[in-house]
Amino acid sequence: MIDVNNIKVGDTFEEVIVDNLTRTQIVQYAGVSGDYNPLHTDEIFTTQVAGYPSVFAHGMLTMGMTGKMLTNLVGDDNLKNFGVRFTNQVWPGDSLTTFAVITSIEKDSDNVLVNFELETLNQNNIPVVIGSATALI
Amino acid sequence: MSKKSMPIEKGHIMMFARAIGDENPIYSDEEYARDKLGGIIAPPTFIQSAAQFNPDNPLRPKIGEPWFGSGKTPTGIEKKGNKSEGSASTNMLHAEQHFEYHQPLKPGDVLTPEVTEGEKWEKESKRAGLLKFSESITKYFNQNNELVITARSVGVVTEKVVEN
Repeated sequence: MIDVNNIKVGDTFEEVIVDNLTRTQIVQYAGVSGDYNPLHTDEIFTTQVAGYPSVFAHGMLTMGMTGKMLTNLVGDDNLKNFGVRFTNQVWPGDSLTTFAVITSIEKDSDNVLVNFELETLNQNNIPVVIGSATALI
Repeated sequence: MSKKSMPIEKGHIMMFARAIGDENPIYSDEEYARDKLGGIIAPPTFIQSAAQFNPDNPLRPKIGEPWFGSGKTPTGIEKKGNKSEGSASTNMLHAEQHFEYHQPLKPGDVLTPEVTEGEKWEKESKRAGLLKFSESITKYFNQNNELVITARSVGVVTEKVVEN
């Protein structure tokens, strides 16, 4: 977790959020989230009917893993806003790293409000998620 | 989503944290969580699993109804011309998701969603053809009628299959 007395605008943090994403983890996410769209878990449907090269992860799985990096960074129950755009698909076998850059810091007597820009990149440095977050620490 | 309440359960939170690969004990270890924050809380994107409690969720197979995923054949829905039957669409993708957190989400809470449709817009893309975006805003209220989370979702229907 970051030390709010020792941060400045422009500081960048990173974390590998998944290494070699498995189809089984995508199935786990489908099962728990209730999004059973076969595009995420059914290779036969996805390749033969929908025309994709393979199943691919739920955008919300990538957002969830990106959120893990954020809560590791800002602490539990400190997020006030968290938003993303899904810019590219995430495929089985992908390894993803989230980068968070501090864009502003506002201090009052009790708390520090920190804004971040976020980017989650795959192993080819292609952004799969771009977003922002605000934490009150 | 129709107006169906969602009970927040600690087993569900634990399984959700596992699925996103998050080992933070605040999501599963009661003793640790009690000392730290007074109890277990849910991860920031947990509310997405409200889909489990939506009786009309088109992305969940229902007993006695055809399902568009594979079984004996690659899809359980017969094609008529170029269009598939059934309400679930294979070219609807998630474009954006935004959350605003008003209170922590805790086991024992019971949330009720209030959905409003937002804007609709179109954009031309080289990769996927004409993109049709639509926005929906869901406010989740707890059992005390307090706003807990505001979720804004943008979906996109693409003209062509999207590949990286």
